Amino acid sequence: MFENITSQLLFGQVLLGLINGSFYAMLSMGLAIIFGLMNVVNFAHGAQYMLGAFVAWLLLTFLGVPYWGALVIAPIAVALLGMLMERLLLRRLQNLDHLYGLLATYAVSLIVEGLIRQRYGSTGIPYDNPMPGGMNLGFMFLPYYRVWVVMFSLFTCIGTWLLIEHTKLGAYLRAANENPNIVEAFGINVPKMVTLTYGFGVGLAALSGVLAAPIYQVSPSMGSNVMIVVFAVVVIGGMGSIVGAMATGYMLGIVEGLTKVLYPEAASVVIFLFMIFALFMRPSGIFSGRSEGAR
Amino acid sequence: MNSPVAAVIQDSRVATALLRVENLNAWYAESRVLHGISFDVREGEVLTLIGRNGAGKTTTLRSIMGVVRKRTGSIRLGQEELIGKRTYEIARAGIAYCPEERAIFSSLSVSENLLLPPVLRSGGMSDEELFKAFPNLRVRAASQGTKLSGGEQQMLAIARILRTGSRLLLLDEPSEGLAPVVVKEIGELILRLKQQGFTIVLVEQNLRFAKKVADRHVVVENGKVADVLTAADLESGMDRVQSYLGV
Repeated sequence: MFENITSQLLFGQVLLGLINGSFYAMLSMGLAIIFGLMNVVNFAHGAQYMLGAFVAWLLLTFLGVPYWGALVIAPIAVALLGMLMERLLLRRLQNLDHLYGLLATYAVSLIVEGLIRQRYGSTGIPYDNPMPGGMNLGFMFLPYYRVWVVMFSLFTCIGTWLLIEHTKLGAYLRAANENPNIVEAFGINVPKMVTLTYGFGVGLAALSGVLAAPIYQVSPSMGSNVMIVVFAVVVIGGMGSIVGAMATGYMLGIVEGLTKVLYPEAASVVIFLFMIFALFMRPSGIFSGRSEGAR
Repeated sequence: MNSPVAAVIQDSRVATALLRVENLNAWYAESRVLHGISFDVREGEVLTLIGRNGAGKTTTLRSIMGVVRKRTGSIRLGQEELIGKRTYEIARAGIAYCPEERAIFSSLSVSENLLLPPVLRSGGMSDEELFKAFPNLRVRAASQGTKLSGGEQQMLAIARILRTGSRLLLLDEPSEGLAPVVVKEIGELILRLKQQGFTIVLVEQNLRFAKKVADRHVVVENGKVADVLTAADLESGMDRVQSYLGV
């Protein structure tokens, strides 16, 4: 059954899986950080990812700002929008059932997508690859930009993890995940911390969007397409678990890629099969442990 | 109370009151828990709030700290009115709070728990002083916070608020659920803190413990202050107190 699989095909799909996994990891990590502190399932995450890509495209098209500039400016711009949204909208919902936050962020994502579609249409817009070319490894062709995406996202994920697990700032965040009242009673401005954390999670989504722009086409629906998978990743990894989100993201990206080689028909459902399996075996997520138990 | 002497006495009392709680009312959702609590805390004293379960002692501390948000009345720390402030602003004004559930963070190590509260003003204990005063915490520094024994967790919960520099400590039932030998240690710690000039408000159910450490006792009943007793009153009037506590 597998004898006609070339190494070219196999490694190509593994690389593609790693690329997709990079996006799954970064996006689900942002979701996990936001959920951990705010108990908000941020359904606007996909729209914020898409906005990152769109802002990069707008910067290039209208202001001539190249990719490298956009990589810095777009996440900050989208994060600022996110913080505004937290202040004006999410803060008012914080004492209500989690469903309100979920519905509100979903509404925001529909509105944002609708506005972008209205203005720029729904067909994808290409974004020029800032690092054309690649190297031939003999068994496969390795495009430079994809190497960059994998390395950069790995760097971002590990950096974020170090920030949360090994710094004072991260200790505040972990403590506030467990008991925000007590952290505030220590004199820490928790409302401000919530705003900044939401901004950080949103910024991560937008950063992923900028990274994605040269690979996938920039389109209003690019966010909602990837988010379906990302939510499955978060469910499998355990809501609110940073390491879980990261590891599950990469793992499922690769699993998805391998499935494309071994049994292409199952490629689009394999992640959801994993999700069903995970829900049966460990409903709180395979990486849930101390942070879930403490809540 | 209208005589000049009484006025002077009252004035001097006002002058030394570090914290004044006046007509404090508080609600959990729609249900009212505090009905006009008033008392004051003098600088350098240990004051207990005693009373039955559900009398409103814990709620009083939570209201002072702003953890219970829906509250009216007046809470003054020195000259500063705190009733409209948020919890972090109240902490920065100079009140430290150790909750009943201790709130040791399980996702933080012992040393991360200990060093979490930021230094808000000078006069707090340095990291080195803290580890010296609580040698157990140094030994267990890398363990998960919640892996400590109950007594060690209580010590940690008190220790970590000593670094902020706040001189007024609100401690909610530090003796609860602990072995007698540990309760004794906690009592000694409180007396030591008092000697160092801390002002302490203590919620207690354990009357024997309260008697050993406190200068005055505020009896809370149905969300009101039923009585205020000095240590001497408590000694001579145990019957009166027992009747409040219903034991």
